[in-house]
Amino acid sequence: MSRRVSLFVTCIVDQLFPPVGLAIAEVLERAGCEVEFLEAQTCCAQPAYNSGYQNEAREVARHFIDTFRNAEYVVAASGSCCTMVSHHYEDLFKGEPAMLAEAHRLSERTFEFSQFLLDVLKVDDVGARYDGVVTYHDSCHALRELKIKDGPRRLLSKVRGLELVEMPAAEECCGFGGTFSVKFASVSGGMARTKIDSIESTGAGTVVSIDSSCLMQLRGALLRAGSPIKTMHLAEVLVSK
Amino acid sequence: MASTYPIQIDKTVHNPLLQKAIYTATGRLIDMRSAAVATVPNFQELRTQANAVKKHTIEHLDHYLEMVERNVEGHGGKVVFASDANEVADFILSLAKQKGAKLFVKSKSMTSEEIHLNSRLEAHNLEAVETDLGEYILQLADERPYHIIAPALHYTRHDVAKIFTEKLGRSETEPSDQAMIARGVLRQKFLDADIGITGANFVVADSGAVVVVENEGNARLTHSAPKIHIAIAGIEKIIPRAQDLAVFLALLGRSATGQAMSVYTSFVSGPKRPTEIDGPDEFYLILLDNGRTKVLADEGKRESLYCIRCGACLNHCPVYRKIGGHNYPWVYSGPIGAILTPQFHGIDKDPWLPFASSLCGACGEVCPVKIDIPRVLLELRKDVVEAKTAAGTNKLEHMIFRLWAWAMKRPKAYERLSKAAAIAAPRGDAQSGWIKDLPGFLAPGPVAGWLQERDLPRPASKSFRELWRERNKK
Repeated sequence: MSRRVSLFVTCIVDQLFPPVGLAIAEVLERAGCEVEFLEAQTCCAQPAYNSGYQNEAREVARHFIDTFRNAEYVVAASGSCCTMVSHHYEDLFKGEPAMLAEAHRLSERTFEFSQFLLDVLKVDDVGARYDGVVTYHDSCHALRELKIKDGPRRLLSKVRGLELVEMPAAEECCGFGGTFSVKFASVSGGMARTKIDSIESTGAGTVVSIDSSCLMQLRGALLRAGSPIKTMHLAEVLVSK
Repeated sequence: MASTYPIQIDKTVHNPLLQKAIYTATGRLIDMRSAAVATVPNFQELRTQANAVKKHTIEHLDHYLEMVERNVEGHGGKVVFASDANEVADFILSLAKQKGAKLFVKSKSMTSEEIHLNSRLEAHNLEAVETDLGEYILQLADERPYHIIAPALHYTRHDVAKIFTEKLGRSETEPSDQAMIARGVLRQKFLDADIGITGANFVVADSGAVVVVENEGNARLTHSAPKIHIAIAGIEKIIPRAQDLAVFLALLGRSATGQAMSVYTSFVSGPKRPTEIDGPDEFYLILLDNGRTKVLADEGKRESLYCIRCGACLNHCPVYRKIGGHNYPWVYSGPIGAILTPQFHGIDKDPWLPFASSLCGACGEVCPVKIDIPRVLLELRKDVVEAKTAAGTNKLEHMIFRLWAWAMKRPKAYERLSKAAAIAAPRGDAQSGWIKDLPGFLAPGPVAGWLQERDLPRPASKSFRELWRERNKK
């Protein structure tokens, strides 16, 4: 049965890492999905929500809910943006019963990419090949709010040629945290360096995550440190042949 | 942007020795906790249960406060309700005067730190000696605790040797020797003390007992050697029944230090009875408000009072592990400090504090009483913005978010603006394509903050939506 999937690419992927969005579309199509991209989508509203600007966040969330009103499945390119929609919209609209119901309906149809592959499509081997040693970084919101822990590792373990190694303290935050990364730049940068020490200790050539925001933080810090370690979104690994 | 933080934070982050001390000590506590938790199959159920007990107790606190008073006084003790630090000090000072007391021994108590009890006593020429080894070291160094349960966590044994040399004339560097030196000093203090002051990990309503948990035996001596024992507890420390301790003691030791149970767990229910030979002649329980009822009144953030002060959220917090304990404005540091301080002191005092978090959620995940700390942080951020908006002190930031919201509701405007940014952005590094630096005048605040630590990705020359259109044309 073909499923109609609506991509929620996130503003970060749309503007900064478009190949991630294309990779997700490609993997989903190979798995038999019919993929659409709704052009009205912009941002999930998390930057304003996490900064305490709830009114502004609510306006943008309303636009998001409107955009995806008729989508069958919404598949997100990020664990963090996914939780904004699936976990926090209900908080934003707790005072508006009609919107709350809409938020709840959307929450039930919204999945993070790896979660959708495994839990909805029931696919763990997408026929990918990637030659190299890879370590996986648990992104915080995916791990602690969506409870995504083994799924991405299972998907990676099925990739031909790929050797998956665990880093110490894989669950420790990379230090991104949205506006935290610039408001508390030195602390955020210190957290990134600690994370990079963990990554480097594995000898892996590539660090993989399901959140492009973590990868932006890590890649930025890796480049600054002159490290040759690459960063890849899970979808970019899974689309490789 | 608003909410500037203390500059000292940057110094801590860039002090490699201090960084190593904090990271190693908290790392050890993380490992010990996780090993201990693994031995309890129903640990998560215990957390849920503890949360339910705390919720119930806090919501019926008036009832349990009366029960505590009745039962403690039934054992011959006396309960003193204090609304703030002054009332605690007034009571203790007048008791000391009445009894002719000059020397106090104290076991570890964050509540007494909260009200700066030692300096208040010292101001009246009374001597108060901390008897927990870490607290004793800090008292000699004239510092406040760096961590809720490991107060001298930031010190190496060489740092301790330096302090002991200066204050006690002893330069030993072996921790076991240092412990013996402190023990030698403190033994005599226990014997000479007029009054012993302890905190309370739990105040058990149905049995009118105070429970004190410790590892060094100093709290035991503090509450049993002197003739008078004063226990100071925040009103939120109450639990209804002795049987609830089965849940809380199972959680506390494991969450704090990875111990199935701490070395000493004392149940103190009043002064010694006529038939007993040991124990104090008088027992006082001071129940302190100091802002707690204000927190209690706020339904959305009330759960902040469930805290049992285990310190697990500090150990697991990547921000605490970078900035350490002394950069937090109050005695309570780490994530729990970040939610308690603004509620006790008012959000206008340290508005940066709720923002000093990547919202990673590690604190909430390990909290033994399941306080949803990240959610409370978000609530506080909202409160800070509301207060600043009312005061008109966030005009620029507010305008930025208004413009942002305007553009995000208009996909065409969003696309045009991002296209403009992609065109205007400077060229990146020849190899990576990422931006390494910008002249200061070209870099607005957030970009400068980013570039201070990391390279910055250049907006893609074609956005996803542009590539998607091209893909679908083929």
